[in-house]
Amino acid sequence: MERIIKNGIVYDPLNSIDGEQMDICIKDGKIVESVSEAADVIDASGKIVMAGGVDPHTHIAGPKVNVGRMFRPEDSKKDAEVITNLKRAGSGFSVPSTFMTGYRYSQMGYTTAMEAAMPPLLSRHTHEEFIDTPFIDHAAYPLFGNSWFVMEYLKDGDIDKCAAFVSWLLKATKGYTIKIVNPAGTEAWGWGGNVHGINDPAPYFDVTGAEIIRGLAEVNEKLGLPHAIHLHCNDLGHPGNYETTLKSFDVPKGIKANPKHGERDAVLYATHVQFHSYGGTNWRDFVSEAPKVADYVNKNDHLVIDVGQVTLDETTLMTADGPMQYDLHTLNGLKWANCDVELETGSGIVPFLYPPRAPVPACQWAIGLELFLLVNPEKVCLTTDSPNGGPFIRYPRVMAWLMSNKYREDMIENQVHKWVQKKTSVATLDKEYSFYEIAQITRSTPAKVLGLSETKGHLGVGADADVAIYNFNPEVQDQSADYAALEAALQNSAYVLKDGNIIVKEGNVVSEGTHGRTYWVNSLYDGELEKQVESEVEKVFKKYYSVNFANYPVQEEYLPKSCPINGVIQ
Amino acid sequence: MNEIILTPKEQPLVPIEINNIIPDVLAGKSIDDIKNMGIWHGNSQVRLHEFFDVEGESSENPSEIKIIINGDVYNTKRIGQGMTTGEILVKGNANMYVGVEMKGGNITVEGNVGSWAGQNMSGGELTIMGDAEDYVGSAYRGDWRGMSGGLLTVHGNVGSEIAEYMLGGKIVIKGNTRIEPGVHMNGGLLVIEGDVVARAGGEMKSGTIVIKGRVNEFLPGFRYLGVEKDIEVEGELIKGAFYKFEGDYATKGAKGFVYVSVAGNSHIAPF
Repeated sequence: MERIIKNGIVYDPLNSIDGEQMDICIKDGKIVESVSEAADVIDASGKIVMAGGVDPHTHIAGPKVNVGRMFRPEDSKKDAEVITNLKRAGSGFSVPSTFMTGYRYSQMGYTTAMEAAMPPLLSRHTHEEFIDTPFIDHAAYPLFGNSWFVMEYLKDGDIDKCAAFVSWLLKATKGYTIKIVNPAGTEAWGWGGNVHGINDPAPYFDVTGAEIIRGLAEVNEKLGLPHAIHLHCNDLGHPGNYETTLKSFDVPKGIKANPKHGERDAVLYATHVQFHSYGGTNWRDFVSEAPKVADYVNKNDHLVIDVGQVTLDETTLMTADGPMQYDLHTLNGLKWANCDVELETGSGIVPFLYPPRAPVPACQWAIGLELFLLVNPEKVCLTTDSPNGGPFIRYPRVMAWLMSNKYREDMIENQVHKWVQKKTSVATLDKEYSFYEIAQITRSTPAKVLGLSETKGHLGVGADADVAIYNFNPEVQDQSADYAALEAALQNSAYVLKDGNIIVKEGNVVSEGTHGRTYWVNSLYDGELEKQVESEVEKVFKKYYSVNFANYPVQEEYLPKSCPINGVIQ
Repeated sequence: MNEIILTPKEQPLVPIEINNIIPDVLAGKSIDDIKNMGIWHGNSQVRLHEFFDVEGESSENPSEIKIIINGDVYNTKRIGQGMTTGEILVKGNANMYVGVEMKGGNITVEGNVGSWAGQNMSGGELTIMGDAEDYVGSAYRGDWRGMSGGLLTVHGNVGSEIAEYMLGGKIVIKGNTRIEPGVHMNGGLLVIEGDVVARAGGEMKSGTIVIKGRVNEFLPGFRYLGVEKDIEVEGELIKGAFYKFEGDYATKGAKGFVYVSVAGNSHIAPF
């Protein structure tokens, strides 16, 4: 199958293409140099062409997402779609059902989305939901930051065994990277507490958040994993937490990136940094410290961040940061689900409202924008930490805020609480993102830091033919003045191609749902050591786990389009 | 008032839903248009005339429209959903979700109704002459923001968990209720003229419940404040002598009031 996308206005930062009018050729699902006369033609004149969007951090599959669906019928009611010849029925505004998740990402031109928190014990469920999420390529990040095994090995100072354990578990769960959430804190929650900062030890294990971050960063590079360690810092959402954030950023500094796949330079990926950039000591003297955090990110090469932009909607908070979710439940008094995942992690879920007129949510909105506007687009990815800061279907709106100072001014002057002008600097920032920079924060930067830039996030020869075409002509239309048209164009793509096939046309899904690729790390660190660790793990299973060891690993049969990435094999 | 008369043909085994047959939508439509409107029968759409004979005359102005359902529609759901003006009269029984999310206007059902009558209503008047089942004037399942305005009256008996998460407006039950009237209530006024089985006001935070009949079992989370005569609640005088309670202290910072008639309830007074 050959295709040619003609005369589009192309933005492709990984290949330094900035708004050039050119043709994109596709053959057998890949971007190629040229095609024959017989190729199908898509006329993209006057339209924007980009690679498919890459979401490096979202919550779309697995047990906590499913609990979010079950315990919020009122969220399902807000957004529902009926069955068509091509599509399944679905519902959910902040936590859509699996099929709807696939459709909605595709409609926005996103073709890759990563589930950012997978409890290893429940990885089979996560992969089962991926099977039912059409179109988008995906991976899942198993949680390591509060694992008894990790803490035990790090307490003994045994980095080699810790690496062998991580290597084994990534294979067993078909996971992609090392995810760390509130290191030592979620384990402390198992005892009814939390840690404060990175130097508080977890009960019993006596290892601190800093030791866990450092140890796992070393493991990550020893194993040559494609992505950096993916860190959700301690103290999320607390006034004054930016100090913990900056200290956490400093921990893996000096470790050298060593990916065996891809070309990242960062050894740390810090997620939803908006929630970690607060000054003050309480909610009354609370201020934004986003400029300090942004300054650190710009001056240091060892990290990349995402924002976790607040979109000022009613949404559902869900995270493996169990104690933080309990705090939120006591704050807003709404219903709360809590879960302890045996020896591995925990989680909590709470409905949440971010009213624009309320002082703190308005500031959170502004702090996210400050980070976007102050950090170099090569070092920041667009996320809302969906659904935590807001549902992923708001990405087009976030892009419109970034591209239109006029839109932001209208928000600041007429829509949001005046604290935004008092406690944050957003009103003084007049930077407007270009389409090239939008392509950076939604395509090239995430693809590169994920270690997938060979085939994802760009339109160079050899890349997967994932292409988004938008009904917006920057030569005629003014992105800043006409931000409503911009948002609508980004929400409902003119065309979206997945592996060369047209899946969306004029905002509608026009293809039957196909399976996306599942990326996972096939790592074999040290045959002997890994076997030894596996037998140790098996003993612990017998003693403490509620499942039989043999029922734990996820077979490749669960991955209809398995895409293993090899790490270090010795 | 222009009347549009819907005469039911036969109630099917699989329920029908007529949420769009409200004055707001019918305004300005011809009777032929109305006959051909799509309604839900299970999971498929059918035309209104398959289940109803339609006659009468519409109006350009929805507040000038009175829809009369001229017979028993015990398997028809969502009558008057979301209406803002005009009138609906049902001359028989109706199924679940009568007057759901109603914002204005007037609905009267001469017979009995199923559960969820007046769910999340925010205005208008809903009157049920017969009995109603559970969740009268409740919140949508899962939501913590329930009925916020309007007047809901049931002349017969009702089921359990009525006025769940109620925030405002007024509910009057002339008959008896089963368990947990006013559960999670957070505002508004609930008047029960008959008896209550148990747990009135469970986890209520605010609002007022007045019970004129007998309460078999009363919750322990309420503080007894003494006897009051001829009480005034929400600007209305209610005659009689009442035990006054504040609570439910099972919920932090709760300040709801429950008045229970002295007559017939000596077993719940803490003395």
